[in-house]
Amino acid sequence: MALADALLELADDHLVLGHRVSEWCGHAPMLEEDLAMPNMALDLIGTARSLYSRAGELEGKGRDEDDLAYFRGERDYRNILLVERPNGDFAQTMLRQLYFAAFMEPYWTAALESPDEAVRGIAGKAVKEMAYHVRHAGEWVIRLGDGTEESARRMAEAVEELHPYTGELFDEGTGDAALPSRASMRDEWEATLKNIFAQALLDWPGEVVPMAGGRHGNHGEQLGHMLAEMQSLARAHPGVTW
Amino acid sequence: MSGEIPLWEVFIRPRNGLAHKHVGSIHAADEVMALQAARDVYTRRGEGTSIWVVPSAAITASDPDQAAENFEPTADKIYRHPTFYDIPEEVGHM
Amino acid sequence: MYSQGLIGADSRTEETPEFLEAFQRRIDAEEKIEPNDAMPEGYRRTLVRQIGQHAHSEIVGMLPEGNWITRAPSLRRKAALLAKVQDEGGHGLYLYSAAETLGVSREQMTEELLSGKAKYSSIFNYPTLTWADIGAIGWLVDGAAIMNQIPLCRCSYGPYARAMIRVCKEESFHQRQGYELMMSLAKGSPEQKAMAQDALNRWWWPSVMMFGPHDSASQHSDQNMAWKIKRFSNDELRQKFITATVPQAEYLGLTVPDPDLKFNEETQLWEHGPIDWDEFWKVVKGHGPVSRDRIKARRKAWDDGAWVREAALAHAEKRRARKMAAE
Repeated sequence: MALADALLELADDHLVLGHRVSEWCGHAPMLEEDLAMPNMALDLIGTARSLYSRAGELEGKGRDEDDLAYFRGERDYRNILLVERPNGDFAQTMLRQLYFAAFMEPYWTAALESPDEAVRGIAGKAVKEMAYHVRHAGEWVIRLGDGTEESARRMAEAVEELHPYTGELFDEGTGDAALPSRASMRDEWEATLKNIFAQALLDWPGEVVPMAGGRHGNHGEQLGHMLAEMQSLARAHPGVTW
Repeated sequence: MSGEIPLWEVFIRPRNGLAHKHVGSIHAADEVMALQAARDVYTRRGEGTSIWVVPSAAITASDPDQAAENFEPTADKIYRHPTFYDIPEEVGHM
Repeated sequence: MYSQGLIGADSRTEETPEFLEAFQRRIDAEEKIEPNDAMPEGYRRTLVRQIGQHAHSEIVGMLPEGNWITRAPSLRRKAALLAKVQDEGGHGLYLYSAAETLGVSREQMTEELLSGKAKYSSIFNYPTLTWADIGAIGWLVDGAAIMNQIPLCRCSYGPYARAMIRVCKEESFHQRQGYELMMSLAKGSPEQKAMAQDALNRWWWPSVMMFGPHDSASQHSDQNMAWKIKRFSNDELRQKFITATVPQAEYLGLTVPDPDLKFNEETQLWEHGPIDWDEFWKVVKGHGPVSRDRIKARRKAWDDGAWVREAALAHAEKRRARKMAAE
């Protein structure tokens, strides 16, 4: 079923990014950020759980959120490459968050009109969360871009590092009539990003060679390590209750 | 690092109709960061509907050494309280 | 944590007897002391030390549990653990703020933690080896912490008492999630049950030691009790904890690793066997199994974040300058 597959793609995006952000917990540059980042990770993991549950329901094979999260391997994961990129430094983490949230905010806004009630419910909650992520990550991108010489250099490096992965945000993937068209988010995404980049004194990258493949299970090497860690305990004791 | 990140005091309105109340402090470089930090730290369990942040350095406090001269003279001015005045019961509630 | 905050505290003062008596009368009348009030230097010093150590314990305490966030075996557990570790960061933050009202900055306190000058609770110098450790920490370590923290809500220093009220309110879910986690394991597969017993075996004694040395060996206890910085003795709190916890272990079908543990019918209290104080002091002095790793992790986060904090300050300065220029 197309909608189940499309929701699984979205769920993987949210879980993988939420997991990445959660890796910061206890290691942030300042204590206030040690509270802010788990808030973002919890938003993403919460959305992933709802999406997995709905995808499992539609699939009808009795798989629940944990079956889908813990018992699929890296070739089965359908997340885009952007979200699996390692955290790098704080500049890269914030830019990755901004790239993703600036896409998801208009996406969920459009999904409020979905014919699928569960999707509308998820969108209603996620749209507010993503608006906050855009603001929080966006402010950091501005602050670091227009901060010290070092922070400006790191921010520019983050753009160089991550921008090639943004094209995949707009690939339709499985797609479904119950979900918005991803390509149609491009204008709003670019407007948000260009506005923030201007304030951050960052150059908008010219043509970049796009990096994609996650939607077909063609990931980078890092996802396998992330999943190996995430799934190790669950897979060592299949069938038990935690 | 050269400077320390300034301290801010956080005030939250628990719900509309109530005044903002001091809930604690956070550190932030500027007011934008301060508001976001206050939101992330002090409203994780739905504690409020509005936030104020004020640089701690901007607060002027009364001197506790003057507490006696500031606050004790009011203790014997009982005529400021309604119970100081006797009104016959038949007049009704006033 | 908590009562260990007083280890080595120097609460001697040199103020006049009249001043100290007047201060003591306020304390005895259950009046709260607020930041700008006159207070004996020893009172201030003891509080800075205790609140600072309490805050450090919360911050270092994020690490052992944080060790399992990326391996939590279900998404529900992952979210709960992340929220709990985040809460600990929040508690550290409230407590640093309370200490800052006494004229010491968070940066100063952080430096003292990283240089090894400031201590934190010995319990966090033990490693989390299995998932069951997350349950054991919630159940035992947070259980012990709550015993200490509830009386601190009535501490004589206002900002500390207020921070503790907030901490206690938030913390009520921590022990419950830990015990519920232990329950799933204890009622689960034989491997899960063995994991739970193993965690109890490793965390029991360190938890019992969290209350600090015996009253007879605790040097500054009397002064701190008189100042109501501390409201129950180490042994009283330890006894309360053991008496509350032993039946909970029985309910789980797990065995408390103390062969001398016995129930005193007369007092209705559980009495524990001898505590290995050599181990306690070794860990307090920074030679716990993972003490060095803990400080290394904190130092790395602090050092790696330096450029971010500098950038935030630089940007704020630019923003201010632009605003001034525009006015």
